[in-house]
Amino acid sequence: MSADHPPVRRYRPPAPLGGRRRATGSPTGRGVKAFLFLAPALIILGLFVVWPMISALRLSFTDASGFGREEWVGLENYVTVFTDPDILSAVTNTALYTLLFTPTAVIAALGLALLLNSPHMPFRSFFRTALFVPFVVSFAVAAFAWSYLIDPQVGLLNYWLRGAGIQMGNVLEDPGLAMPAVALVAVWKLFGFYFVIFLAGLQDIPSSLYEAARIDGAGPWSRLRHVTLPLLSNTMAFVLVFATIAALQAFDQIYVMTGGGPYGHTQTVVMEIYESGFKKLDIGFASALSYVLLVATLILSLVQFVFFGRKEKDMA
Amino acid sequence: MSVLASTRRRLRELRPSTVLATLALLSVSAVVLLPIAIIVFTAFKPAGEVNAFPPSLMPDTWTLDNLQEVTSELPFLRLIGNSFLFAGGVTVFALVFDSLAAYALARIDFAGRKVLLIAIIATLMIPFQATLIPLYQLVADLGWVNTYTGLIAPRAADAFGIFFLRQFFLALPRDIDAAARMDGAGEFRVFRSIVLPNAMPALLTLGLFTFVNNWNDLLWPLVFTTDAEMGTITSGLTLLTGPSGIVPHGVMMAGSLVAIVPLVVAFLFVQRRFIENIATTGIK
Repeated sequence: MSADHPPVRRYRPPAPLGGRRRATGSPTGRGVKAFLFLAPALIILGLFVVWPMISALRLSFTDASGFGREEWVGLENYVTVFTDPDILSAVTNTALYTLLFTPTAVIAALGLALLLNSPHMPFRSFFRTALFVPFVVSFAVAAFAWSYLIDPQVGLLNYWLRGAGIQMGNVLEDPGLAMPAVALVAVWKLFGFYFVIFLAGLQDIPSSLYEAARIDGAGPWSRLRHVTLPLLSNTMAFVLVFATIAALQAFDQIYVMTGGGPYGHTQTVVMEIYESGFKKLDIGFASALSYVLLVATLILSLVQFVFFGRKEKDMA
Repeated sequence: MSVLASTRRRLRELRPSTVLATLALLSVSAVVLLPIAIIVFTAFKPAGEVNAFPPSLMPDTWTLDNLQEVTSELPFLRLIGNSFLFAGGVTVFALVFDSLAAYALARIDFAGRKVLLIAIIATLMIPFQATLIPLYQLVADLGWVNTYTGLIAPRAADAFGIFFLRQFFLALPRDIDAAARMDGAGEFRVFRSIVLPNAMPALLTLGLFTFVNNWNDLLWPLVFTTDAEMGTITSGLTLLTGPSGIVPHGVMMAGSLVAIVPLVVAFLFVQRRFIENIATTGIK
């Protein structure tokens, strides 16, 4: 191999600071080395992510059930996805969940990060830790704890709120309240992660910009609007995309808290995928539904990146 | 004297807005920590108090009954052990494979590097549920259902980890490996003895992240293990409830406590560095 490439190195001008690394060895040699480093990860990703993706696409055009031979059914599963009233209701529920979860979690995280970014705040490190703790608790455990807290008979939170004059009743059996409840559990569990990412983004904003704004007579509100938020737009895009993906994939706490009820009011798309694929063994249909979810996720992510991720460039 | 003076100065510096913000943060933290508190205290409450009205946060008398009962309802030690093997196994493999791949993507200049990086990032957008069924079938075809290999292998590398470490490796100064290279060290030596030791904060952060996410994962262990003995503590606990919730709250909270203690302890150990590390490393 190396015989084709005589060990003569072309002169490269010294790289500028922080520029490209000096290349060592021939291009082919480097390619082989890089491949050896990459091979284990690429094998895992190829086998367990990319290949199942391709299989799912194929299965989505069949009536696969896990038993016997599957027949090609063309677009039938996709037609069902777009016409079945149960699926339409699951899509509506998922959209509602996303609208409840994403803005709440992102605004809570951003607000708390803005408060705790100030070095003058007392107990700063305690607050940072306390707010992040829910992130290490599993959705399942979070669901148990919250279900107990809002239990209509013995729930402590229910009892306290009743003392304050707020009657909640049986939240998880209430068609109007069950969805906000499971979305709030997700806010509780995940906002700490977004909070930390916002903190990181805030630390990247040079303090000289704030001083300049102050000299120009900008008050706190104006500094937030014209310095912080525009410079945070890349972080915002990252957080929004991850929060939306998390919302579209809602499953764990719903499975534990309501099982999709009452009367299907918390039945989300992923709950449908789980039920049709693993309970009813309608694998072809579950795969088609998965693909529709995948495409929706991709489109939403791209839109958010384009919409929120560009402003920083305009500033610079 | 000087302590007093500095305290007084600090108090004087406290503006009303800071006091207001602190009070707001205290109440938010109290709400955020309430579910954790209810788990801890209810786990030690006798059955009578758990369902007593009016409910209270703290137990009047402390008991270990709930913890004893949960160990009799589930193969508890086995499930905890499975969780450690699953989350720990995934973490070890993922750290090794992700860092190898990230090294190539960050520090070896080869043709097609950009395209490969974009392809890897694209897999981040695939919802896990979209691949779940064929993934299950693949693992079943390999004969790995209800085995640790089957549980761990699909998670042994992941795009998020590769991307995260790549960002960190890119930020390491380029000159630190020059001396080693001049001594004739190969690419792998540079990776192992120069880059990896300098990337400890990133590895620690990603390691905790991977461990927590897999310990807490519900869907994969739930669909993958048909044998209750092969489940994890997270998936096992759901067997206790079902939507109807037949098991007493005290027992559920005891099970939850056992499931979160290892994670909370691990997190509190590394928390300061963990949060700072996220700030200094790639995610953003």
